[in-house]
Amino acid sequence: MATEATEGAHGAAEATAAVGMPQLDFSTFPNQIFWLVVTLVVIYLILSRVALPRIASVLTDRQGTIANDIAAAEELKLKAQEAEKAYEQALADARAEASRIAAETRAEIGAQLDEAKAKADAEIAARAAESQKRIEEIRAGAADAVAEVARDTASELVALLTPGKGDAQAVSAAVAARLKG
Amino acid sequence: MATEEHGAEGGLVFHPMDQFLVKPLFGGHEVAWYTITNVTLWMALAVVCIALLFVMGTRRRALVPSRTQSVAELAYGFIYKMVEDITGKDGLRYFPYIMTLFLFIVFSNFLGLLPLAFTTTSHIAVTAVLAMGVFLTVTILGFVKNGPGFLSLFWVSAAPLPIRPVLAVIELISYFARPVSHSIRLAGNMMAGHAVIKVFAAFAPLVLMSGIGVLVTPLSILAITAMYGLEILVAFIQAYVFTILTCVYLKDALHPHH
Repeated sequence: MATEATEGAHGAAEATAAVGMPQLDFSTFPNQIFWLVVTLVVIYLILSRVALPRIASVLTDRQGTIANDIAAAEELKLKAQEAEKAYEQALADARAEASRIAAETRAEIGAQLDEAKAKADAEIAARAAESQKRIEEIRAGAADAVAEVARDTASELVALLTPGKGDAQAVSAAVAARLKG
Repeated sequence: MATEEHGAEGGLVFHPMDQFLVKPLFGGHEVAWYTITNVTLWMALAVVCIALLFVMGTRRRALVPSRTQSVAELAYGFIYKMVEDITGKDGLRYFPYIMTLFLFIVFSNFLGLLPLAFTTTSHIAVTAVLAMGVFLTVTILGFVKNGPGFLSLFWVSAAPLPIRPVLAVIELISYFARPVSHSIRLAGNMMAGHAVIKVFAAFAPLVLMSGIGVLVTPLSILAITAMYGLEILVAFIQAYVFTILTCVYLKDALHPHH
């Protein structure tokens, strides 16, 4: 039914379709060619007046922007390299300065230390000498005291053993001789 | 023809060529040169699509393009590079002309793949006008640019002298065969693919009529799908081939001495 309806509607078209290929129906050629030419002209105008110049300008702009960006990046890279170099230099300077200060300080402290040591040594030597002197004095004092005690003790013993015959002079001489060895 | 097949297959309807009929859109059967037909409609749709992609798509002139703008720029770059590579810098003057041809063909081919669409590029009348346009332009341009020197295109100086006249005849024949092959290649590819899809489509409802349809229907649906995929490829390749040949012919006109 549907086919009958379409066939009815096609009527005239069927007659031409009987040829087989609608492509070879020359009666439609002027129509197709006319509309094709119109279409091509319209497309050409749209492209050449609006679309293509616009795209071309966008592409050129983009190219320019990219080139500029690359140049700027290149410049920044150079700057960064310079900055790095300056930083390295500053770091090296700082290191040298620091080691110099350290050496100086070490030398100063060493000098101070030596001075203090010398002073301390001198003081110690002085104290030791003083002490030595006092020890000598004490020792001398002790030897005198021993001699006196020995003399006294000897005179007492002599007086006790031989009363009235003690000669103080002789006793002390004997003691002194004995003490000497 | 149609009625014979109609009878033989018992209910199947074979009209593979009906899709190519040129019909007036608003009634009547006469197709005069000014009649608004389905040709007008589908060509207008191609124009609308091109305008949408290339005018609306690029209207923001974005430095970082949107998707549509990217596609437009890609198409621009594709054809621009092709023209530059093949014809050289002096061929770039004709870039808008070649771009027009490419876009018209590629959009007509793809619009023709929509179901129920009319494929304007499947008609020899259309492709012949395109090819003749290229042929005449190139020939006239060749003589305008090179004068009689354009004829050296047919005089193959690389060949030995005795066979040059023979080669000249062959070159001359092949030169005049250019517009024929140029136009029939495009129309033939478009027409054949669409007709084959239509034939498979006619077999598809067989399952409703006979038992063998259980086998035939899935096969024909598979075949339609496969053909459709192939046609998508062909739609682009034929537009590409038409354009690249136009560039090659243009190169011959600009530099006939190789």
